[in-house]
Amino acid sequence: MAEKQKKRLMQGNEACVEGALYAGCKFYAGYPITPSTEIAEGMSVRLPKIGGKFIQMEDEIGGIAAAIGGSLAGLKSLTATSGPGFSLKQECLGYACLAEIPLVIVNVMRGGPSTGYPTGPSQADIMQAKWGTHGDHPAIAVTPAYVQEILTETVRAFNLAEKYRTPVIVLYDEIVGHMREPITIPAPGELAVVDREKVTCKPDEYFPYDERFEIPPLAPFGTGYRFHVTGLNHKKDGFPTNDSKQIGEGNMRIMRKIDNHLDEIWKNEEIGLEDAEIAVVAIGSTARSARYAVNEARSMGIKAGLLRPLTLWPFPDKAVTELSKRVKAIIVPEMNLGQMVLEVQRCSKKAEVLGVHRVDGEPINPGQIIEAIKSFK
Amino acid sequence: MSVPAEKKEKISVPFDYNKYLRPGKLPHIWCPGCGHGIVLKAMLRAIDKLGIDKDNVCVVSGIGCSSRTPGYVDFNTLHTLHGRALSFATGIKLARPDMKVIVVTGDGDALAIGGNHFIHTCRRNIDITALVFTNAIYGMTGGQYSPTTPLESIATTSRYGNIEPPFDTCEMAKAAGATFVARGTAYHTLELEKTIYEALMHKGTSVVDIIDACPTYFGRMNKYKSATHMMEAMEKDGTVSVKQVDKLPPEKVAGKMLRGVLHKIDRPEYCEQYALLVQEKAQAKSK
Ligand SMILES: Cc1ncc(C[n+]2csc(CCOP(=O)(O)OP(=O)(O)O)c2C)c(N)n1
Ligand code: SF4
Repeated sequence: MAEKQKKRLMQGNEACVEGALYAGCKFYAGYPITPSTEIAEGMSVRLPKIGGKFIQMEDEIGGIAAAIGGSLAGLKSLTATSGPGFSLKQECLGYACLAEIPLVIVNVMRGGPSTGYPTGPSQADIMQAKWGTHGDHPAIAVTPAYVQEILTETVRAFNLAEKYRTPVIVLYDEIVGHMREPITIPAPGELAVVDREKVTCKPDEYFPYDERFEIPPLAPFGTGYRFHVTGLNHKKDGFPTNDSKQIGEGNMRIMRKIDNHLDEIWKNEEIGLEDAEIAVVAIGSTARSARYAVNEARSMGIKAGLLRPLTLWPFPDKAVTELSKRVKAIIVPEMNLGQMVLEVQRCSKKAEVLGVHRVDGEPINPGQIIEAIKSFK
Repeated sequence: MSVPAEKKEKISVPFDYNKYLRPGKLPHIWCPGCGHGIVLKAMLRAIDKLGIDKDNVCVVSGIGCSSRTPGYVDFNTLHTLHGRALSFATGIKLARPDMKVIVVTGDGDALAIGGNHFIHTCRRNIDITALVFTNAIYGMTGGQYSPTTPLESIATTSRYGNIEPPFDTCEMAKAAGATFVARGTAYHTLELEKTIYEALMHKGTSVVDIIDACPTYFGRMNKYKSATHMMEAMEKDGTVSVKQVDKLPPEKVAGKMLRGVLHKIDRPEYCEQYALLVQEKAQAKSK
C-alpha cells in the first residue's frame, strides 16, 4: 500500500511546479514577472536535479519559443508568465495551436491593462486566454481555485496538451498563486499522466499532420523522422499550401479535435445546484468567495448554488445552458469589467444574468456576492 | 576546434545536391538572380563535409525569403515566426545538445525583430550556427529598408534615401559574445562553403554574415543593371578578404566590408556548462 503522503504548506505557484514535475515536465523556458516568478524559480532549482532543462530567456517571446523548441525535441515543456508577458506570448501561442505543439503556459493573472497592478489580483485575461492570439484557433484553459488544485490542474493541463497536441493554458489569479495552503503531493501513479503517443510507422510513411488521424502523433525531432514544421497553413506533410481546400480542412481539424471531445475536456464543480434557484458561476479566488456566499445565503433560507468551471475554455456551454433552464438567476462575479458574464449570457436560455465586477485590485468578497443573491430574492 | 588540413583544401564541386534536397519541393520560391539559392547550396556542401547523419541535423528559420530555406532541405526542419528562430533553436539545442542546430535567417529577421534574441544567443555562446542572409532589404514584404540597408539607399519605405545607419552584423555578434564570427558572400561561393564549414565545426555560437543580393527589390530600386552586376558591385568589389587586407593600399580597402573569419575564440559553451552544473552542483546538492 502506498505510504500516506504528508501534508505540506505550500504556495500556489510552488504547487504549480510540483504539478509540472509530477506530469513529467522536463523543460522550462521563461522570463520572470510578478506574480508568476516563483514558478520559474522553482523550476530552476528542480529541473537540473532530474536531468531536465531550465533556461531564463531574454523575454517572454523567447521563453515560449524555446519551450516550443523543447517540446518539438520531445520534452514536456512549460512556460509561465503574467499580464504583460502573456500579451507577448500570444504570437507563439498561435504558432503552437497551428503547428500542433503540446505545451503548457501558466498565466497568473494580475491587474491590468499594461503594467497595471503587478501585485494585485485580477481575472481580466479570461478573454485573452481565448482570443489573445490572432486567427481562429482552439483554446483550452484550466482554472484552479485552490493550492492543491493548482497541482492537479497543472497535471491535467499537461495531459490535455499531450493528448490533444495543443497548447494548454493554466489560468489563475494572483490570490491563488500566492496563497499558502496545506497540500499533499500525490504518490506516483495516483494521478493519471498522459505521455506523448509514440510514432511507430516507417519514416517515409510518417506525416506530422496526417488527416487520417483525428490527432496525428508527433514524432520528436532527431528521432529519424525528418519532417517540416511551419506556422503557415500546411498540408499533411507539414509543407505550406495555398490550396483553399487544404487550408480550410487544416483549420477545421485543429478545432474539431477539441470540439469532438468536449465531454472529456470539460470539468466543473457544482455546489448546492440540485435545488438552487439562484446560481453563481465563478472561477479562481472569486469562486472561493462565491462558495462562502452561497453557504451564507443558504443559512438565510435562500436556495443558492455554485457552478465552478475548472475548464474555462472551451466554455462549459452545456452546463451553463442546463443550469439556466433550472434557475431564476445566474450571478457571475469576476475580477474584471465583464468577460465570463458574456459567455454565460450567450449560453443562458431563460435565467436572468447579472455580473458582479471589480477592477480595483481587491478581491470580490462574499458580501458583494450575497448582496447580488439577495437582489433576486 | 581547428579544421583538418585535408578538409580545408577539398572543394566539393561538382556535388550531388539531391542527397540533401527534399524530393518534390522544388522549384523554390526565390526570384531569378536571388542570392539565397547560392547560399543554400554552399550550406549543403558544408554540411556534407561534416559527415553527420541527416537525422541529427536541425535547420531552423524565421520568416522571410531566406527563411524559406529549411523547407527544401531534408533534415529536421522548423520554419518559425519572424525574428524568433534563434529562440526556438535554443530550445531544441538545450533539449537535444547532440543535434547540430543551424539557424537560417534574414538580416531583418535576425537583426530587427529578432535583434534581442540575436545578441542574447551570442552572449550565451550556445552551440548554434546562425547564417544571416544579408540582402540589405526586406525581400518577402516587397523591399522595405532593413537594419543593414546602407545610408542613402532606396527602399519602398525610404523613397528619399535611407537615413538610418546600418548595423555591422559581425561587429555586433562579436560584441555580444559570439565566439566565431565570419563574413562571406554568395559571389565567393567556394570560400563561403569553407567559412560555413568552419562555423559548423566551431563549438559555441557561430555567426556567418552572408552578403547576397535581392535583385528584385534592392537591385531595381538602386539602379543595378542586373543580378550579376549587383553581385560584382556589392559582393566582389564591395568586400575584401581578411587575408589580403594588410597587403592592399588603403584606397583599395576604404569603404569595403571584410570577408573571412573575423573572430574566433574559445569560451565555455552553454549546453556544456549546463551539463557541468547538473553534474557538479545540482545533483551533488540533492544527495
Ligand atoms: C511579426 C511579424 N511582423 C512582420 C512580418 C512581415 N514580414 C515577413 S518577412 C519580413 C522581412 C523579411 O526580411 P528579411 O528577414 O531580411 O528576409 P528576406 O525576405 O530579405 O530574405 C517581414 C517584415 C511578419 N511575418 N511577422
Ligand atoms: S524578393 Fe529578393 S530576397 Fe526575395 S526571393 Fe526575390 S530576390 Fe530573393
